[in-house]
Amino acid sequence: MEFMTMPTQQAEKPIQARFSPYDMNGGTVLAIAGEDFAVIASDTRLSQGFSIHSRDTPKTTQMTGNTVIGSCGFHGDVLTLTKVIQTRLKMFSHIHNKDMDTTSIAAMLSTILYYRRFFPYYVYNIVAGLDSEGKGCVFSFDPVGSYERESYRAGGSASSMLQPLLDNQIGMKNQEGAKQVPLSKAKAVALVKDVFTSAAERDIYTGDGIVIHVVSKDGITTETFPLRRD
Amino acid sequence: MALADVCGFDMRNGNSRLKLGFGEENYDPSLNDVLLASESFTVPRGVDIAQNLARFTDEKSNVKIHFDHGTTTLAFKFKGGVIVAVDSRATAGPYIASQTVKKVIEINPYLLGTMAGGAADCSFWERVLAQQCRVYELRNKNRISVAAASKLLANIVYDYKGMGLSMGTMIVGWDKKGPGLYYVDSDGERLPGNVFSVGSGSVYAYGVLDSGYKWDLSVEEACELGRRAIFHATYRDAYSGGVVNLYHMRETGWVKVSQTDTAELYYKYRAEKK
Repeated sequence: MEFMTMPTQQAEKPIQARFSPYDMNGGTVLAIAGEDFAVIASDTRLSQGFSIHSRDTPKTTQMTGNTVIGSCGFHGDVLTLTKVIQTRLKMFSHIHNKDMDTTSIAAMLSTILYYRRFFPYYVYNIVAGLDSEGKGCVFSFDPVGSYERESYRAGGSASSMLQPLLDNQIGMKNQEGAKQVPLSKAKAVALVKDVFTSAAERDIYTGDGIVIHVVSKDGITTETFPLRRD
Repeated sequence: MALADVCGFDMRNGNSRLKLGFGEENYDPSLNDVLLASESFTVPRGVDIAQNLARFTDEKSNVKIHFDHGTTTLAFKFKGGVIVAVDSRATAGPYIASQTVKKVIEINPYLLGTMAGGAADCSFWERVLAQQCRVYELRNKNRISVAAASKLLANIVYDYKGMGLSMGTMIVGWDKKGPGLYYVDSDGERLPGNVFSVGSGSVYAYGVLDSGYKWDLSVEEACELGRRAIFHATYRDAYSGGVVNLYHMRETGWVKVSQTDTAELYYKYRAEKK
């Protein structure tokens, strides 16, 4: 966060100083939907430019008994946004006497993000959990609320490294004769660890460790896995 | 008293919300912060909005918000109704953010909208349009005309003119006057027409479309023309790709005709040349 002086084209124009309320704190999130489970993971590094502020800041937040949201981008906006979502969910559960389901949380998040269309949250979100039929689901968002249901998605600084790996290993994209085999929970978790290890090797904003949440009908289990700390 | 009042449907401040059993007196005002921040538009103070947003698209900025852009969409009227065909690629700068975007927005069984420009702008405002069309239906016991629906959308986005919305859409439907096709964009333009194509690949799509277009096309021929036009756009325009989604608007409403991977079409059309 800094006061930025914007250079102007013409010399006679007054130089405008303005407040720049955004920053990029890096981090990567990744989610995979299985038949009756969903896995969502994020790294735990929080950085700004070339300095690492924290090695223990997961970008995932558990919202309900079967929904987890992963958010990365500007950490200040992440904190505000997750606070707003949690408040809305609390209001919902008091009014309706039940938790909001994952699909509805995704729809709500979309409108929350869009209502900041003219002053956006600089946050990339991925929602993972179980839908109303108990099937695993993953929703990915752009910063202003465009969203889509998918079976796997990487977001954040190393997303362009992880996504092609997932296209190959899960989506079986452009492989003639390759069969889509149902992904097991163990395979999904192992894959998450592998792709994050690879991302930490090449992305300076990803590292230190990952937190992996597995959402299934029995609840949410959480495990951690170390990454390179350099 | 209208049905809307009985149901507690509140249109004040243009903000429709069902009051879920809250009495005004026991409503906690501290919740206003959250509701204000998440159920109405937030605007930065003392800043030109479009200028403020422009820095997110600046390549040199370290905070880049790449709104999903780049598209080919088309729609044309013919003897048998209206054909709508779109690609499915979303790009964020040079990165392909998704190959599975649904760029045809199903507003209701008799109305379709297409998505070009900002993905969030299109899906949000066409969702608002869907709500408004439903309210119209309940009040008037009749379906809204395509002309009226497209004008609702054009008027809504005109209110936000100059604030950086990006939307190029075709509103397609069937009403008492028959098939309807309108082009609506975020500048406030609204035109009726027989053939439209919107997006970065539209020039290529028009080339194929115009060379094969006739009013008397059969349904099969029309579907094939739409598919072929989108395919050739995805072939030349790097910002378009993925699959071709094809819809047909008929008197009985729309049907989704097909979803075809462009790779499959590539081999099909190559075989035809030999």
